[in-house]
Amino acid sequence: MDRSADAKIFDVEQIRKDFPILREQVYGKPLTYLDNAATTQKPLAVIDTLTQYYSKENANIHRGIFCLSEQATKRYKSARHKVQEFLGAASDKEIIFVRGTTEALNLVAQCYGRTFLKAGDEVLITHMEHHSNIVPWQMLSEEIGIKLKVVPINDQGELILEELKKLLTDNVKFVAVVHISNALGTINPVKEIIRLAHAKGIPVVVDGAQAVAHTPVNVRDLDCDFYAFSGHKLLGPTGIGVLYGKKEFLEKMPPYQGGGDMIRSVTFEETTYNDLPYKFEAGTPHIAGVIGLGVAIDYISSIGLGRIEAYEQELLNYGTEKLLQVPGLRLIGTAKHKSAILSFVLGEAHAHDIGTILDRQGIAIRAGHHCAMPVMQRFNVPATTRASLAFYNTREEIDRLVAALHEVTEVFQ
Amino acid sequence: MNEDIRELYQQMIMDHNKNPRNFHAMADADRTAEGYNPLCGDHFKVYVKMEGEIIKDISFDGSGCAISKSSASMMTAALKGKTRAEAKALFEEVHKMLSRGIGEPFDAAKVGKLATFCGVCEFPSRVKCATLPWHTLLEGLDPTGKQVTTE
Repeated sequence: MDRSADAKIFDVEQIRKDFPILREQVYGKPLTYLDNAATTQKPLAVIDTLTQYYSKENANIHRGIFCLSEQATKRYKSARHKVQEFLGAASDKEIIFVRGTTEALNLVAQCYGRTFLKAGDEVLITHMEHHSNIVPWQMLSEEIGIKLKVVPINDQGELILEELKKLLTDNVKFVAVVHISNALGTINPVKEIIRLAHAKGIPVVVDGAQAVAHTPVNVRDLDCDFYAFSGHKLLGPTGIGVLYGKKEFLEKMPPYQGGGDMIRSVTFEETTYNDLPYKFEAGTPHIAGVIGLGVAIDYISSIGLGRIEAYEQELLNYGTEKLLQVPGLRLIGTAKHKSAILSFVLGEAHAHDIGTILDRQGIAIRAGHHCAMPVMQRFNVPATTRASLAFYNTREEIDRLVAALHEVTEVFQ
Repeated sequence: MNEDIRELYQQMIMDHNKNPRNFHAMADADRTAEGYNPLCGDHFKVYVKMEGEIIKDISFDGSGCAISKSSASMMTAALKGKTRAEAKALFEEVHKMLSRGIGEPFDAAKVGKLATFCGVCEFPSRVKCATLPWHTLLEGLDPTGKQVTTE
């Protein structure tokens, strides 16, 4: 099963067989799924795991004195260990299970931000953040009076590092930055940003939602203080995500929610909180989701993120070249370091009209502001059409996209 | 090309999208309303000048997809000189046409040129685009003070 050993051949047709949905048809056309930045498809191994869990293994974890509960607890714990290894974290106590990237970022804003920041302190974000790394900080700003500062981006959709350095003043007490932009595909130099912030003693959270399925991530190498991602963008189930946090931070932060599992003892007078990671996991967690995520990580690791990254870069180059041949097409996001996300506008055609026409050809893309309205404002477009690729996509699918875009041009000539 | 697509983006719709009629702000409008679908970004303002119960003049501005923009354009063209009651009755017929089941008939005589939008019912996610200008107009005629949206 260790396909990473066979480093030279990336057999995409073989890989596609692992994803049952890729055999589906839409309007009598083969499904061309190019909306991977929204959510990825699931390999059979993950689907089977969920079925197996609910049909044969379902039990609550941690408290049961019976076989099934002990097994479920074991698998749940083992998935946490897989995430730890996947991210290169020092301990599995630093891996907190949450619902997704959004909840992870809210947890950081609420538990770290509300406790350790005060009125007038600045939180530095970037112009290319997803709404989930803007709004929690705005809410905190309303609550306790912190200020938001925004690092600008250039016309290619790259962060302007010189501006970031200028904005990184003594007033900045926290940095929140996206690893890979969902709207532009830009890969940010997060390691360098973390280094700059740490030189001034400022902690950093990285939004890794678009990164973990496309490039190897090592939190200790990055030296980030927090890292957030979603399981469903990493071939796993929806409703499960991860917050990595350095132990020294997580330990001094108050719990996120109160309830079962996050306590050691409760009386009406006093409650003692549980140790990490349970302190942040109140209530029955998404057990099946966690186990499914573990299997998704096993699957993607068996292919190898290095190989995936190389294949997707090749696909990105091919797609970029082909799309630029479509008359009137303008790419939004042309960073030098880019992930396989192709965001574009096409002549006078509105993104939703493009989406409708492509849909009838079985092509699933995203049309809209991609929950990054400030990016749309920066490029002065109401919306873009976005094709976001994964390692199971092919050149043939890009050709289908391009053919359908010619049809759009025909309608809108 | 896909037949449904051809039917959706008929020549008349594409013409109104490219050359929208009554596409301007109206400084002396006595009623204005704003419609916005934040997920799509479709955003229009409708301006109306009434003379008693009669829509003396009507215009719009803003931006959106081909369906919403041409719908706004054809709506303004259809309603100039109509009474408030006639406008509402026409929208009811248009709405019936847009939201009917696939393959079901509609009364083409009652909607006139607006029958060109009959293909929209094949695209449930686009019905909201075609109705946005109409709901915006209704807010203009009978203001409730709410931001109009069809999402």
